[in-house]
Amino acid sequence: MTEWLSGGLFIAGALLALLAGVGVLRMPDVFTRMQASTKASTLGLGCLLAGLAIRHPEMSFVIRAVSIAAFMMLTTAVAAHVIARAAALSRAPLWKGTLIDERVEERPNGAEPGS
Amino acid sequence: MLEIAAAVTLTMLALAAVLTFVRLVRGPTLPDRVIALDLIGVLIVCMLVVVAGSTAQRAFLDVAMVIALISFVGTVAYARYVERVRS
Repeated sequence: MTEWLSGGLFIAGALLALLAGVGVLRMPDVFTRMQASTKASTLGLGCLLAGLAIRHPEMSFVIRAVSIAAFMMLTTAVAAHVIARAAALSRAPLWKGTLIDERVEERPNGAEPGS
Repeated sequence: MLEIAAAVTLTMLALAAVLTFVRLVRGPTLPDRVIALDLIGVLIVCMLVVVAGSTAQRAFLDVAMVIALISFVGTVAYARYVERVRS
């Protein structure tokens, strides 16, 4: 029973990682690629770590699995935010179907908007 | 059963790494390449977790944690670089 659950979680995690790869290859611009990559890879790694913790229910494995999952869930969001900020500041081209572009114009000398 | 699951999982992860590598080579802008490198780091961590599960070696999990840490620092450094080189 645990074996089937663990194997199923492994397959589900690998499918999500494969989905992240396909999304990164097929999405049209930087920001859509980023959401495919970060969300699917975080959930995929979470499934793999859950499968590992079910396969080896010992303290040393479970502690490492939980700490890897917590660390990835913290850092993936931060890394995605930093890359998105860099891409927006470097005026990365948007998909042609984008409806709203809320990136503000960069002002010289760091002047406040409206001054 | 679990050996088959581990083999299928590793095959799919390798396929995902190949697709991401195509984006890393083709990627029209620099942030695309940074995203692809970040995803390759996550895929390496995934492969190490699967190998740790199939061989029951704890050391692979320590390696996975260290690679996750270094990949995060590298991604942030690349993002700072992307901000720096914009003209």
